[in-house]
Amino acid sequence: MFRWTAALGAAALALTTPALADPDPSDWNAVLEQARGQTVYWNAWGGATATNDFIAWAGQQVQDRYGVTVEHVKLSDTADAVSRVLAEKTAGKDEGGAIDLIWINGANFAAMKEAGLLFGPWAQDLPNWRYVDVAGKPAVTSDFTVPTEGLESPWAMAQVVFYHDTAHLPEPPKSAAALADWAAANPGRFTFPQPPDFLGTTFLKQALYDLAADPALLQQPVDAVDYDAVTAPLWAWLDDLTPNLWREGRAYPQTGPRQLQLMSDGEIDLAISFSPGEASTAIANGQLPDSVRSFVLDGGTIGNASFVAIPYNANAKAGAMVLADFLLSPEAQTRAQDPNVLGYGTVLDMATLTDDQRAAFDALDLGIATLTPAELGAALPEPHPSWAVKLAEDWTARYGVAQ
Amino acid sequence: MRLAPLLTLLFLAGPVLAGLAGVVAPALGYFPAIGANDWGLGAFRALFDWPGISTAIRLSVTTGLAATAIALAVTVLILAAWSGTRTFRWIERALSPLLSVPHAAAAFGIAFLIAPSGWIVRAISPWLTGWTRPPDLLILQDPLGIAMVLGLVAKEVPFLLLMALAALPQCQPSRSLTVAQSMGYGRVTGWLKAVLPRLYPLIRLPVYAVLAYSMSVVDVAIILGPNTPPPLSVQVVRWMSQPDLTLRLTAAAGALLQTGLVVGALITWRLAEMALARAGRRWATGGARSNGDPALRVLAMALAALSAAAIFAGLAGLGLWSITSVWRFPQALPDALTLSHWARHGPMVLPTLADTVLIAASATLAALVLVIACLETEIRLRLRLEGRALWLLYLPLIIPQIAFLPGLQTLALNWGADMGRVAVTLVHLVFVLPYVMLSLADPYHGWDARQATVAAALGASPRRIFWRLRLSMLLAPALTAAAVGFAVSVGQYLPTLLIGGGRVQTLTTEAVALAAGGDRRVIGIYALAQTGVVVLGFAAAIGLPRLVWANRRGLRGAA
Repeated sequence: MFRWTAALGAAALALTTPALADPDPSDWNAVLEQARGQTVYWNAWGGATATNDFIAWAGQQVQDRYGVTVEHVKLSDTADAVSRVLAEKTAGKDEGGAIDLIWINGANFAAMKEAGLLFGPWAQDLPNWRYVDVAGKPAVTSDFTVPTEGLESPWAMAQVVFYHDTAHLPEPPKSAAALADWAAANPGRFTFPQPPDFLGTTFLKQALYDLAADPALLQQPVDAVDYDAVTAPLWAWLDDLTPNLWREGRAYPQTGPRQLQLMSDGEIDLAISFSPGEASTAIANGQLPDSVRSFVLDGGTIGNASFVAIPYNANAKAGAMVLADFLLSPEAQTRAQDPNVLGYGTVLDMATLTDDQRAAFDALDLGIATLTPAELGAALPEPHPSWAVKLAEDWTARYGVAQ
Repeated sequence: MRLAPLLTLLFLAGPVLAGLAGVVAPALGYFPAIGANDWGLGAFRALFDWPGISTAIRLSVTTGLAATAIALAVTVLILAAWSGTRTFRWIERALSPLLSVPHAAAAFGIAFLIAPSGWIVRAISPWLTGWTRPPDLLILQDPLGIAMVLGLVAKEVPFLLLMALAALPQCQPSRSLTVAQSMGYGRVTGWLKAVLPRLYPLIRLPVYAVLAYSMSVVDVAIILGPNTPPPLSVQVVRWMSQPDLTLRLTAAAGALLQTGLVVGALITWRLAEMALARAGRRWATGGARSNGDPALRVLAMALAALSAAAIFAGLAGLGLWSITSVWRFPQALPDALTLSHWARHGPMVLPTLADTVLIAASATLAALVLVIACLETEIRLRLRLEGRALWLLYLPLIIPQIAFLPGLQTLALNWGADMGRVAVTLVHLVFVLPYVMLSLADPYHGWDARQATVAAALGASPRRIFWRLRLSMLLAPALTAAAVGFAVSVGQYLPTLLIGGGRVQTLTTEAVALAAGGDRRVIGIYALAQTGVVVLGFAAAIGLPRLVWANRRGLRGAA
């Protein structure tokens, strides 16, 4: 039944939808022309008011300048978008798909690339690509070690930071070992999002960086190294830490932003974030008390880039590229870095900008809880995506089903 | 018209069965889109190798059975202790609005009430407890799922009560109770012995729907339930949202297992019913006149009050959050208020609100027409949808959504019938229709047919009898059914997301997406908006008959 319905569907589509040639990103004027009047359905996580407002702003700008309408499809999980494209592929709907642009990175990108669900290459043909700091920020072309190959375009830099409430915790622990000691002395005041949540898995990777004898091994796929030996110190450390976590490790927040509410309620003193500006933004909108500050671990923290990608069967590919290009514009990047808006790091190379554009970045007040680039330090590269999968799976087996 | 029952069954069972078929292939290893072409039992092996599987299954079964049993017991106790009294009208008024609070909103509200940093602890801290910081207690998300069961009970009692009230007139409770009391039985004992045995068969299907729902609920379980590991339904959703695409196969196998669990639990429940009925017969004829009836009446009142208070207070808490600028522990009330959140989100709520109402109203209207056409056909042709046919009708309520919606989505894509409001309305109809049928069937059958006989004798045609008599006299139950259907449509999350492709946004899809961020102030706004829309539906259901029947006093008394 599966097959004949698929064939039937394909036939019906062939009859009803005129095949539109894919736009050629190297001919930008043609892209702009094709984009005019298109509606771009941008599927992006919708759990943060700040991001939603930024997306609404970007949509308005692209509408005014290029006649492209942007609809923000608010997801509770990026995987919903992956599921959708998969379902469309299963049904043989290879054109006119529901999703035009996805906010994506890491494992979801690797999975979609592997399954051939992405359109491209296109990213490096965008006019604003010339501003991107390819040399200084390797993460913009290597997403969790997976080469992007022009299948996704970066729009924000992220780096792991921890934020703490100085009212209760003036001197935060700055290494995995110190964290475990502090938790033993102050049980119940720290937790992390439950793996396989993206940020929770990042916490495991970050701890492994700090604890592994040779962190360079994390750049290789899990199968290529002695996984048990590499991760043994991590599990030993977690065995110590877990009983001292919030709720003794018997319950976890389900998402990263949920930690904001927990800190606001006074339940925890310390939390992990993937956005250096998150604490400042949360203070600005009243979600966190202004006694909160950020810090990074002494050994450095993992950094990566957020990307946008276009599904292979997207309906408005030209419009999606125009939006992606706008996100790379110095204007959009300045706004995204403003902690009163988003507080996301820019992907641009300051040396390529004009004086005025640079001045706009310099004029930003990064906010009381945001570290300067020097304080953040160089970001550690993301481990190979197979680590995220394996660590989350093993963590679940050890701690996630223990009750 | 004669085709109506067939058409209705097609609308209900068709999508469910087709969708279910769509999940069988991936569960057996066939999912070409991710390069899985080998049929086999690998997905089931992976499912049972997952370390948390036995706990997840246990949680699914125990929380579902416990929530249903407690909700049913509370409902029966309230009815036995108070139905027919003036106090009961008051209880009914307090509980029926609860039906309109969406599950997720109620769960968020309750979570804020009972959390260690929640409203109750805030109200008694630090002056009573000495706590200046929230205690590290596992109240929410406890391993046994107690918080989740309580949340479900508070939401299901009003539903069962409404269903029981619709069916009660057929049992002629006051006559039975008068006889029982004249023979010296206490009020509660008399009601349980004389009325319940006739009432229960009439509310059996709603009870089964509650059981199936409680076992496979996702949103309430995420908010209030345990998550190390979660109940099976939540784990299935987690597998579906993993970047590792091969886990979709495990998810499909899990969805089938979930369906099996629900069917198994329904069979267990049915067997327990029979055992209880046997024991109950002995008890009923045993002659005992009272079983601590006065105490039971107080208990029933307390439970009804608790149920209502939990949800109202939770909602009030969320409402307060929506105008809060800063509210830190252990303040009992916000430190400062602001309207800025409403100013910020209000403009975004409005267009979503319009779509939500449009879809819900269309689905409800279609359901109402189909249900009335079915019932009218039954009556005119002297048929009754019995046994198997009736079961098909309630299939969408019994098969877990997660088990058949992904398959249905693929099917809709094959037909090119997706992404629009029409497609979403149609899939909402699948869930709205059974509830409308549940609410309306009994009052419809209970309508005194002698009035039709008299009218026919006076020369009225069946059509005229339908429009002038039956429909206008049944306006109140029809509108209540419509309000229930409307509420069901407003609350749909997965069907809207999957069939709408994310392009059709309702208050519920927005609320769930925003809830992922956990910001109570935003959650508060959407919870109030969701509840507000549904309350308007119920208000219309109560208000319209009064207007229409302004010159028909006999009917107003009945409404």
